[in-house]
Amino acid sequence: MTKTRSLRWSLPTLLLAATVDATDMPLNMTRGVTEISQQVYDLHMTIFWICCAIGAVVFGIMFWSIVRHRKARGVQPAQFHESTKVEILWTAIPVLILILMAIPATKTLIAMEDTTEADVTVLVTGSQWKWHYKYLENDVEFYSLLATPKEQITNRFAKGENYLLEVDRPLVIPTGKKVRFLMTSDDVIHSWWVPAFAVKKDANPGFINEAWTRVDEPGIYRGQCAELCGKDHGFMPIVVIAKSPADYEQWVNGEAERIAKAKAEEQELLAMNMTMEELMSVGARTYTAYCAACHQPSGEGLPGIFPALKGSSMALNDMPGHINIVLNGKAGTSMQAYARQLSLKEIAAVITYERNAWGNNTGELVQAADVHAVMQGKGE
Amino acid sequence: MSAVVTDHEHEHHDHKPSGIKRWLYTTNHKDIGTMYLVFALIMFFIGGAMAMVIRAELFQPGMQFVEPNFFNQMTTVHGLIMVFGAVMPAFTGLANWMIPMMIGAPDMALPRMNNWSFWILPFAFLILLMSLFMPGGGPSFGWTFYAPLSTTYSGDSTALFVFSVHIMGISSIMGAINVIVTIFNLRAPGMTWMKMPLFVWTWLITAFLLIMVMPVLAGVVTMVLTDKYFGTSFFDAAGGGDPVLFQHIFWFFGHPEVYIMILPAFGIVSSIVPTFARKPLFGYASMVYATSSIALLSFLVWAHHMFTTGMPVAGALFFMYCTMLIAVPTGVKVFNWVATMWRGAMTFEVPMMFALAFIVLFTIGGFSGLMLAITPADFQYHDTYFVVAHFHYVLVTGAVFSIIAAAYYWLPKWTGHMYDEKLGQWHFWCSLISVNMLFFPMHFVGLAGMPRRIPDYALQFADFNAFISIGGFLFGASQLIFVAVLVKCARGGEKATAQVWEGAEGLEWEVPSPAPYHTFETPPVIK
Repeated sequence: MTKTRSLRWSLPTLLLAATVDATDMPLNMTRGVTEISQQVYDLHMTIFWICCAIGAVVFGIMFWSIVRHRKARGVQPAQFHESTKVEILWTAIPVLILILMAIPATKTLIAMEDTTEADVTVLVTGSQWKWHYKYLENDVEFYSLLATPKEQITNRFAKGENYLLEVDRPLVIPTGKKVRFLMTSDDVIHSWWVPAFAVKKDANPGFINEAWTRVDEPGIYRGQCAELCGKDHGFMPIVVIAKSPADYEQWVNGEAERIAKAKAEEQELLAMNMTMEELMSVGARTYTAYCAACHQPSGEGLPGIFPALKGSSMALNDMPGHINIVLNGKAGTSMQAYARQLSLKEIAAVITYERNAWGNNTGELVQAADVHAVMQGKGE
Repeated sequence: MSAVVTDHEHEHHDHKPSGIKRWLYTTNHKDIGTMYLVFALIMFFIGGAMAMVIRAELFQPGMQFVEPNFFNQMTTVHGLIMVFGAVMPAFTGLANWMIPMMIGAPDMALPRMNNWSFWILPFAFLILLMSLFMPGGGPSFGWTFYAPLSTTYSGDSTALFVFSVHIMGISSIMGAINVIVTIFNLRAPGMTWMKMPLFVWTWLITAFLLIMVMPVLAGVVTMVLTDKYFGTSFFDAAGGGDPVLFQHIFWFFGHPEVYIMILPAFGIVSSIVPTFARKPLFGYASMVYATSSIALLSFLVWAHHMFTTGMPVAGALFFMYCTMLIAVPTGVKVFNWVATMWRGAMTFEVPMMFALAFIVLFTIGGFSGLMLAITPADFQYHDTYFVVAHFHYVLVTGAVFSIIAAAYYWLPKWTGHMYDEKLGQWHFWCSLISVNMLFFPMHFVGLAGMPRRIPDYALQFADFNAFISIGGFLFGASQLIFVAVLVKCARGGEKATAQVWEGAEGLEWEVPSPAPYHTFETPPVIK
């Protein structure tokens, strides 16, 4: 997709758009992979063709008139300007067309809103700028973040095939089962959208919305946040992998095991001390993934919106305050609580990193046990 | 256009101060109309410059020119400026100039308030534009400023944004009151309701819409302000509020608002088409009824902007049916225009060309609007470029094209000179081609799944976005031709007759061109 190519192909593609069967080209709405998405596609095409037909008639008459009824042809203007019959006719016909259109639309809508008898329920939580998935029937939950490297976004590396539509941990769902999604948000309004399922539902903070899908084809389906949610709204994609029920079972058990193991490791960690080098390297990685979007890779923040960490008095002097804000966030601001999002090790590392990077040379180490202590103190 | 009125001879009985004082102190509807129109043109270019920034960034995938945060400020302020700074003041300017002349009144009914309602506007936009230079930048939550993005999670420019919207609202309400009082009280004897030109009718209905919904906007921005600074929680679930409540209040204002930006356009097109078809408007009475029904229905459809927020099925169905119903009176209008052309004797001067383009392209915007009304399909269209394409078809090739058509149509009356027809035709054709390059492919990228308000996008959208950006730059450049036409016409040109256009009928065409500083000091006699 180089620049020259894109320019060369744009015009012909456009002209073709009207004539070529739209199913093969990314010019039209997807048919999707569910019964509902197929119905939505059919509704879309029906109303589209109705509009085309009305347009052809109205514009046809208009252009005929423009060609025939021009002064240059020496015509004399007629003087008629009223006809109740015609007015009634062109009020009644559109009403009938609309009633015909409303019937299938109503049926599909009612089917889309029926979230009963679900086999699997996933709680989807949006936050700036990532998704969190929690399987209510299993002990499985995780965050799903954009996986496209920063270097691709800033044009330093070539862009990959799924640029901006790839995540570190995709949502996995079983095929042939009714999956119910519960949507909510931790901060602003987000909107969870996977075009192939025809599911788009807002994630409202403090409220829970419902949606559902039943995917028959195993595959990878991609979507994006659809509601403006701040600076990195364009950078919180959704990836869903549909697996056969057997593969899904295997995956979900594996995940549960992985999470349990991580928790056990966490307990062991409390007794261990990590070295500065180890903390700084884990810290740098965590900082880039979770903190740099707001506080910037340079630690300088964005004046007026996101405070600087470089040279800040909290990062230089107030270690308990620093741990506390990373764990619990700051109410009334974009600063999220990371206690749930990151492991103790990652929190310890990122705080160490923030206290030693960019010339914040405090030389202080923060260990998992220190974080744990603040957590407990808070809990009691 | 500011040179317009200054140029013509100062008649002895005018008693107007000279220089800047004339414009600061004026209570003359023509002066104030001119100022509104010039102001709208300046805002159109400022808002347009922001659109150019947006299109430059979207020309290629990846981040090239601006940061995402600045990109969001550009989409936000572009929307605010175009809606409140360009389209609405332009219509108010046309109302000021034309309504008194069309109904045979000597001036607007409340001339001092008229002066004030204009002069607070520049300050409103100065505040809004200055907020871009604050630390952290200006408003970046979209022109729809959904809470809690605009409350808890916004920067301190929000306070300036709220204040500036309040001033715009006060200005609009005063302008609307003036229009209503003028039309009710200052019609020349014999100018009965059903003899009023359609531009007057559509503006009267628009003014009622403004009075009803601008206070709602004022209410919702105030709630945003108190939620952010004074500890209320209208839109915060943690305090018992609801972020979706914001959207209900906003769109209760917002949907009538879009009709505020299109009803006067219907009036303009209903004036221009009969003139150049040399045939009376078909179905005058049905036009009045259709406009009124659109206005009434506009209060019953607001939640069609909110189908994905999680509404009960019954609610979604109600709003879907009401929205589909709006297609009926809108269709009647389009059919009436076509019937007016039918068996006329048409000529195709620039105002007629823009009016014809309006009818076709606005109808395309209407079609995509009908598609958006179908709730299940809306789940796929919502918040994608399909919506961006839809509202730019109705607002740019709709409202803006009608304003340009009106400017060409009445320019000879305002300046006393004919505009340069050749240059005007260039302006039309360049605008027509580029505007469709700009907005038509947006339907495709939207259907293919590109969300709106994103500064960077997946690779499958790259070709179309490059093409769209080129269309955008060309459309922006085409508007410079418009400025050239305006300047040239204000400075001189072929003398215009009183009637200007062969087929023109109405009181405004009975006074000389340029229209004298004071017209109809004695009411005309209406046949």
